[in-house]
Amino acid sequence: MAAIRVGLAPFDVAAELAALTGDRTDIGGIGTFIGIVRGTAHGRSLASMTLEHYPGMTERALVAIALAAERRWPLQACLIIHRVGRLLPGEPIVLVAAASAHRQAALDATAFLIDWLKTKAPFWKKETFLDGTEAWVDARETDEEALARWGATPTPA
Amino acid sequence: MKILYFAWLRERIGCGEETVALPADVTTVADLVSWLGSRSPGHASALAPASDGRRIVRCAVNQDFADPETRVTERDEVAFFPPVTGG
Repeated sequence: MAAIRVGLAPFDVAAELAALTGDRTDIGGIGTFIGIVRGTAHGRSLASMTLEHYPGMTERALVAIALAAERRWPLQACLIIHRVGRLLPGEPIVLVAAASAHRQAALDATAFLIDWLKTKAPFWKKETFLDGTEAWVDARETDEEALARWGATPTPA
Repeated sequence: MKILYFAWLRERIGCGEETVALPADVTTVADLVSWLGSRSPGHASALAPASDGRRIVRCAVNQDFADPETRVTERDEVAFFPPVTGG
């Protein structure tokens, strides 16, 4: 059963992973991905990044993404935490984790979860630069290509 | 019908949400885009396709991704937004 959370609050990776494991002893490994706000974009220094989302659809999309991973790999647990609002360089944005009896499933499912999230979950990033200018981040074709390696249908274009 | 706009569409249109009474001849997402585009210059600019004709704006009907051919009714929640950039 996947745990999904979207909110403003920072997350504690160690506490989240401990909660994911709980008292279980059938988990052999946990794959994790942590996305972090970079301090530069297009060679310019970033003051902050603001994340907007579509409340309701976001949670539905993340549940669907987690279910797709659970159908594909034998997972004991998986977790997606995504922050929204204003974040500073160095702050974590997203935590994805997948637990399985063996490492390959855990690592592959983790990569799948973040690749799907990047193209199928309704979040949008706006960059605010140190000079005060702002710009919405453009979607990258490489994200669609990353999704395609899982044999998944890209978001309707 | 409840219509939601996100990210730069919301900024360009000047609101994040509006309720509209749907004309009888608007039955698909494509119809809705054409009709909304006539409401204001902001709508027209936000919902326009790219110069090469590619569709920039994405759409969800009742919180599921939708196509131009997806059918819509007065009771639906329809959202327009740019390609997503989370993660």
